[in-house]
Amino acid sequence: MPDLTIPGYTVVHEKPRSFYPVCERKPEMQHQTHYCPGCGHGIAHKLIAVAIDELGIQDRTVLISPVGCSVFAYYYFDTGNIQVAHGRAPAVATAVKRSRPESIVIAYQGDGDLAAIGAAEILHAANRGEPITVIFINNGTYGMTGGQMAPTTLIGQTTTTTPFGRNVWNEGYPLHVSELLASLEAPVYVERVGLGSNKQIMNAARAVRRAIENQVKGLGFSLVEILSPCPTIWKMNPVEAQRRVLEETVKTFPLGQFRDRTKSAPARPAAAPVPLFAEIPAILGLANGASPAAKTMRSGETIDWRVRVAGFGGQGVLMLGEVLAEAGLDAGFEVSWLPSYGPEMRSGTSNCHVRLSSKPIDSPLVLHPNVLLAMNEPSLRKFLAPVEPGGWVFYNGTEIPQGCAGRLDVHFIARPFAEIAGNAGDARSANMTMLGALLEATGMLAEERVLAALRRRVSSGHWLEVDRRALDGGREAVTKGVRHES
Amino acid sequence: MSKQLIKGNEAIVKGAILAGCRAFYGYPITPASEIAEAAALYMPQVGGVFLQAESEVAAINMLYGAASAGVRAMTASSGPGISLMQEGISYLAGAELPCVIADIMRGGPGLGNIAPEQGDYNQVVKGGGHGCYRTLVLAPESVQEMASLTSLAFDLADKYRNPVVVLADGCIGQMMEPVEFPATVVEPQVPRWAVTGTADSRPNLITSLHLDPDDLEAHIRHLEAKYRRAEREEVRFESWRTEDAEIVLVGYGIVARILKAAVEQARSEGLAVGLLRPITLYPFPGDELRRLSRRACAFVVVELSTGQLVDDVRLAVEGRRPVEFHGRAGGNIPGCEEVLALVRDMIPREQMADA
Amino acid sequence: MTTPDRGLVLIDSEECKGCALCFEACPPKVLRFGELLNRYGYRSAAYAGAGCTGCGICFFACPEPGAITVLRREGRVCQNN
Repeated sequence: MPDLTIPGYTVVHEKPRSFYPVCERKPEMQHQTHYCPGCGHGIAHKLIAVAIDELGIQDRTVLISPVGCSVFAYYYFDTGNIQVAHGRAPAVATAVKRSRPESIVIAYQGDGDLAAIGAAEILHAANRGEPITVIFINNGTYGMTGGQMAPTTLIGQTTTTTPFGRNVWNEGYPLHVSELLASLEAPVYVERVGLGSNKQIMNAARAVRRAIENQVKGLGFSLVEILSPCPTIWKMNPVEAQRRVLEETVKTFPLGQFRDRTKSAPARPAAAPVPLFAEIPAILGLANGASPAAKTMRSGETIDWRVRVAGFGGQGVLMLGEVLAEAGLDAGFEVSWLPSYGPEMRSGTSNCHVRLSSKPIDSPLVLHPNVLLAMNEPSLRKFLAPVEPGGWVFYNGTEIPQGCAGRLDVHFIARPFAEIAGNAGDARSANMTMLGALLEATGMLAEERVLAALRRRVSSGHWLEVDRRALDGGREAVTKGVRHES
Repeated sequence: MSKQLIKGNEAIVKGAILAGCRAFYGYPITPASEIAEAAALYMPQVGGVFLQAESEVAAINMLYGAASAGVRAMTASSGPGISLMQEGISYLAGAELPCVIADIMRGGPGLGNIAPEQGDYNQVVKGGGHGCYRTLVLAPESVQEMASLTSLAFDLADKYRNPVVVLADGCIGQMMEPVEFPATVVEPQVPRWAVTGTADSRPNLITSLHLDPDDLEAHIRHLEAKYRRAEREEVRFESWRTEDAEIVLVGYGIVARILKAAVEQARSEGLAVGLLRPITLYPFPGDELRRLSRRACAFVVVELSTGQLVDDVRLAVEGRRPVEFHGRAGGNIPGCEEVLALVRDMIPREQMADA
Repeated sequence: MTTPDRGLVLIDSEECKGCALCFEACPPKVLRFGELLNRYGYRSAAYAGAGCTGCGICFFACPEPGAITVLRREGRVCQNN
């Protein structure tokens, strides 16, 4: 830094401390910015740096550099710096702020970046009320790529991609970002300013400072749109370009505050307390031994239950499978449960694959079950054929449907399980009557294992009782009911 | 700690939190949505951040922000969402930011369907975004591995300052199996290079931009050196009954489970069949395949796709042995019998070839 | 007897790109092009040497981070007191 002391004089304005004295990250010409002479970015940068200095937040500030001419903003700002993908600054800023709430996050974006490719990100960041500051440079052009049309290009303005002038029938109208964002509930502060005159510049300085100060105060989303000259692309000298902002650009983009709730914005709720480190396993349900220590299987015993449960959505098919798997785990089996998933969960047919095995389970798919629990006729028809000879088939119906009786090589147990469940308390527990029947007929699992699993899965005491009665009903249906066995 | 019966998708979140993950940014998609749901439930309780983003594009860039700020962060999606995230993944790799992405694969192309598939192999393992970068890719075959490999993914992501993908399919995401979680809980640390809005981190810069060709080439060489190191140090695979195998089956994820059943059955029939299951898809266990190719007569690659992993197997085997391929797609999963039929059909052919 | 100017402008010719915005901005119009090109090839701005009021507007109008430094005469503060 040159020595600026002059006897009898005091420095009142000098290079802000929030700028690097020398741009060491810049490959060459490190005493100059990469911006063209008269570029509005330089002024906007200075307004930000002055505000950072005045607010004393240099160490807390994280500047997000976008894609566009200001991609190299990190050459200049002596703050934390993150350079991001085109248009995504608000998304990145969102996460930086949420990760480090004490930081002051300033997203700096041009009009192509913010209003075209990043329209979704800015809209949603604003709508969430992210407590960040966005400085939005509107110069109506894509500077870095050489002067193509921006969403903010004025009607009739020629650019390299609107060689005959922007035509509303082809390119639509200039996008009014400030007005658009001010239509949302969450933003605290939205103002459009210009760099077209001394007065406009000093007003811009005030607005930029305010937008950053809002964040320091913990208020919500703040955005300042700055109408900025681009002399090179506009093919004007800097003075003419500045005058164009003053006389022309403001006609399309009127200056003013579109939102100011800095005084009425509700206080942000305090962050949830962070739990003690040792509490985390319990929060995840891991520490309290969710399932009792598994019983060791008797050695030498090879058991391999391959169960398919099928029915309509809502018949408790998946639940039946889950209880079976969980009880099996308690009983010391290796277990797996694989559902059909997606829209099938919500309508139409539903089925799941359950394996209980004394050996590690290779494939969780049950293509050839030795137990089929079919809660309706379509399920029976669909899954009966692959049932292994000697396997068990439980069917919710009074008689085996036509065409299915041919399987003489399986144990067929057809009972009106839904009706039995209804008699026991609630027809919706038909899945549990089938489970009761399964336990009774096959001896697959001890009843207490199933009840323990149910107690973990079902929180309502009423439903536990209903399910328990349904289990009993299913058992009785096997011991006392008419067997449709081959 | 006792075993807990949970879904693969839930296991990912619990594994992540135990590994010190404190941020989840994501967008719902079947069959990965349970990951976001579990994160929404647990993250706020452990002092972490959960945010449902406006798109996968935003979600991956939020990951970029969280990672820049030095937080262990993750997202999850499925094929269509991963396609959208590729831009951000390229930036993350370029800016050397660690993060974990879970891809619970479904059917494609386009909307495809929501059934399990392995059609994302190429876009994930080969790096679907622009530029010379790789993502490290872990392929769990069980719910247990959904938890343990997610934990590992965070360590690898930090070690290499690179995105790591946990590549699973709808089957493993949706199924429930018992999981034993580690008793240790990793305490989140803030890396030195992070930009956290503090005096200490003020000089730090996160960027993927290197305008000068020499600078960019040097950066790319630096990334390349990391990938070479990962290739030396991080290859993981399960080699199962391969030592005397004449036919080596190759598959990952849910397919490997089916192949294990096929190997068991084949062995009981006296057929010398084994399984090579890559656990890291990148770095790829090519050396092990080359080693096995000295003894094995043939390889059979089975995938839930029309053939993506098979390219890497063929590159590794370098034409020394035939590499057969069996693929199912659209959500169909081959049964054990289907694979066995293929193997039984090959044995006489191989024996004839030897004669 | 001439009173010294209230303000003073120092221009870092290595930062200045000669855009002339400060000439426009300056109320007393005491800024103009200098005689020499800087090493980047720009004819940088220069203070005419007299007439500065120390208002500081040129500092904000200038797009370069530190091309302009504005000083004010210390005595003025005493006068106000």
